[in-house]
Amino acid sequence: MRIAVVGAGAVGQAVVELAEPYGHTVTAVADSSAGVVDADGLDAEAVLDRKRTEGTVGPQTLDAVLDSEYDALVEATPTTVGDAQPAFEHVRTALGRDRDVVLANKGPVAQRYDDVRGMERDSDGAVRFEATVGGAIPVFSTIEDIGAENVTAVRGVLNGTANFILSRMTAEGVAYEHALAEAQDIGVAEADPTFDVDGTDAALKCAILANVLTDTTYTLDAVEMMGIRDIPASALELAQQGGSTIRLIGEVDESGVRVRPRLVDEHGTLAVSGTQNIVQVETTHAGRVNISGRGAGGHETATAIMSDLRQLEY
Amino acid sequence: MTESVDKQIYTVRLELRDRPGELRRALEPIATHGGNLRSVFHERGNRTPRGDIPVEVDVAASSEQLDAIVSALRADDITVIKAGTQRYTEELTAILFGQGLDTDLSETLSSIEASTAATVRDVTLAATEGAGGTASARIHLATEPDTTTETLATLREIASQRGLAVVEPLAAGEGS
Repeated sequence: MRIAVVGAGAVGQAVVELAEPYGHTVTAVADSSAGVVDADGLDAEAVLDRKRTEGTVGPQTLDAVLDSEYDALVEATPTTVGDAQPAFEHVRTALGRDRDVVLANKGPVAQRYDDVRGMERDSDGAVRFEATVGGAIPVFSTIEDIGAENVTAVRGVLNGTANFILSRMTAEGVAYEHALAEAQDIGVAEADPTFDVDGTDAALKCAILANVLTDTTYTLDAVEMMGIRDIPASALELAQQGGSTIRLIGEVDESGVRVRPRLVDEHGTLAVSGTQNIVQVETTHAGRVNISGRGAGGHETATAIMSDLRQLEY
Repeated sequence: MTESVDKQIYTVRLELRDRPGELRRALEPIATHGGNLRSVFHERGNRTPRGDIPVEVDVAASSEQLDAIVSALRADDITVIKAGTQRYTEELTAILFGQGLDTDLSETLSSIEASTAATVRDVTLAATEGAGGTASARIHLATEPDTTTETLATLREIASQRGLAVVEPLAAGEGS
């Protein structure tokens, strides 16, 4: 497939890098300020080099990238909430031209799911978004295989940063601030960790899951949310004494959608440690399906994008 | 020892005066009327506003025996707060945390017992930051069947009124 990549952060760059080995041709790349287009296929190494050395991908504009010839648009700009712009507009442009869209950006399907599905119905293009939840974990293809109508609930650890902090607090008995500083030092948490530690990121993922699983349209506002930043070390210690631990759990079931710190069995499936994610899918006929793996990272997320591209090829 | 089939386990909540011999006096009518004492739970240090000591007793008895026991207790001037008609079968553990929880704990627990069908079985407090700082408490509740969701909702409400946060368990069977 010929792919145009919008967004050249860790995920966008990994997509440019992995496209060729997966049999795709990158024909256009845009970052926040510029773009580069070559209908015959870009030299991935050259584009990435230029991004690294000059801080930009090329001499052209984002509009030139959006207007270029491609089969699928990969939207990998940073997630925005509210009206999910500018990603939503990129999706509209691509679908309007009957092109496929693969989202890494959570905004459009978390905040404007109905609009996106509506535009998809009017288009010959399709929208896929495996990369939006659980990084490399095949969450939506699993749900697709089981059939959303056979899934009664989904829950899991959906944010690696929060999970890393809680794991460190448990293992070392350190305070939240200490564990956060560690996470920031090794690049697991951003300088402004709000999105991760307040539960927003996990809540957006739950909203997307709920949109896929239920007939109701969810947005961030409809998700009950509590973060981890106020949890004292003593709470984790008490949990551990009782054979439990605390994890930030996202849950989608018949009674609603919520993200909250929860007590889970210390040795249970949900007590993944470090930046690992886990997703539990409750099915009507086959009990519980657990899938865990790396929930973030450039190559991990790009791997999910490659799986969407493969699905679109059929 | 086998219990006859018509016996059930009832939870009886008492409030005892703080004086020697009270507990023995309260337990006597249970044996006298054919009840079989299963457990006595006394939360150390917890007092009612009147200064009485709350005690919870699990008794295996038939419903007739239970009625006789409760009547005898009352005749002996022992305060019976509640004589359960059903055995508490669902147990749940939650962690509360927040500023000043250490000084507020006893009132918080009373409030939980007063507004839910649950009984506080066990409490562990960790106040590592010293008095008035952020403290945590693990509370173990026993509640009547099918009231877990309701109990947790009330717990959240009580916590939020007191500026505390709750870490709830996942529902039974989840996360295992």
